[in-house]
Amino acid sequence: MTETDFRRTGSEAPAFPQDRTCPYQPPKAYTEWRGESPLTRVTLFDGRPAWLITGHAEGRALLADPRLSSDWGHPVFPVVVQRTEDRGGLAFPLIGVDDPLHARQRRMLIPSFGVKRMNAIRPSLQSLVDRLLDDMLAKGPVVDLVSAFALPVPSMAICELLGVPYGDHDFFEECSRDFVGAATSGEADAAFAKLYQYLHGLVAKKQAEPGDGLLDELIARQLEEGGLDHNEVVMIALVLLVAGHETTVNAIALGALTLMQHPEQIQVLLDDPAAVPGVVEELLRFTSVSDYMVRMAKEDIQVGGTTVKAGDAVLVSITLMNRDAQAYDDPDVFDARRNARHHVGFGHGIHQCLGQNLARAELEIALGTLFTRIPGLRLAVPLDEVSLKAGHDAQGPIELPVTW
Amino acid sequence: MTSRAAGTERRGAGHALRITVDRDRCIGSGQCVMTAPGVFTQDDEALVALLPGQEDGAGDSRVREVPLACPVQAIVITED
Repeated sequence: MTETDFRRTGSEAPAFPQDRTCPYQPPKAYTEWRGESPLTRVTLFDGRPAWLITGHAEGRALLADPRLSSDWGHPVFPVVVQRTEDRGGLAFPLIGVDDPLHARQRRMLIPSFGVKRMNAIRPSLQSLVDRLLDDMLAKGPVVDLVSAFALPVPSMAICELLGVPYGDHDFFEECSRDFVGAATSGEADAAFAKLYQYLHGLVAKKQAEPGDGLLDELIARQLEEGGLDHNEVVMIALVLLVAGHETTVNAIALGALTLMQHPEQIQVLLDDPAAVPGVVEELLRFTSVSDYMVRMAKEDIQVGGTTVKAGDAVLVSITLMNRDAQAYDDPDVFDARRNARHHVGFGHGIHQCLGQNLARAELEIALGTLFTRIPGLRLAVPLDEVSLKAGHDAQGPIELPVTW
Repeated sequence: MTSRAAGTERRGAGHALRITVDRDRCIGSGQCVMTAPGVFTQDDEALVALLPGQEDGAGDSRVREVPLACPVQAIVITED
């Protein structure tokens, strides 16, 4: 179906995505879509109809199905938010390509995000978290937990891992924020161009003066040996830098907020440090920072008795999959002792989050240490005054005033 | 949730498990290591590997959950 086709026919299905009103609960309309069927019909901002997959089992099967494409470069790949139009024809590595290109790119990066490597950086993450909390405690309440803690933890961590100078963080944090959250595509394009230019220069500088980050390894192993060209290295750097900034910040902030609103469950963290990883998994399930994944069907696919046709837009609802009553008992209850196995907070299939073990290390150390040092941490404003990111963004608070 | 419990269950059932891993499919998510750290590890390339002597999965009672936890079906468990 072409763009004109669906504009003409119009779609009467409800709009997707929608904004949350409670920071950690799905919008009301979403909960009404949970029913007998594992999928429902929705309408994207440009009038295009799309399938929204709501069932946990069906969504997992689809995310692992090679008949669904992630090729952002396809002329009719679904657009959920008019983000950026002019990227000079640059493809987005990893997230915006299919196998075999995706596999080739991911293979180069897997060793840098392995379980052992991520465990090895835990001591440096711990000292980073301790330092930030020292500063926060010295400053005293009221503090914005996003800017004082939730943002600098992943920002410093990804900079160190990539070998990007944290000294430039004001610049690229602003670019990253404007790129994914800009109101107009012109603003997003401008932010993208600034970020691209910055990283282009950084890669060139690193070629002359190598450091010891992931980018330096990519340059030494792939760029110099011809496995990657300069643009690919810059675009990989851009995707990793943005991904490192726009996800974990929300997971830390939303995780802290969820715990503050369930104070009786903070005790689970405090009673037993070994419980922290399980609490983090439940927070990832419960909060679903990445609300949806965007795909396009390459062939006809049967989903629960319905035919998804080749070319159809398929939105996979991470939020509703993580709240599927067939997968989890009392799915809308935050239960810090729950075994939240098989949640899809990091997605599923070949595109499952490359940085998930970094994110887990960050979340476990950040949230475990935050509540150990400030067990009485609480929201400084009523919950409904917490400003939230839009429905099409990574979900989380824009600011989170806290006191103790 | 100890390896001893898994071993007992295995003997009681009268058959052993056999685990096969597909490094070509593996995306290094580490779900296997997280779910059954007594059986799985990651090699120097951060791809799936079995711990020495763990081909039968006896070292971790949660080993049967691993095929479903893996995002790319890189792990298959069969019962002899």
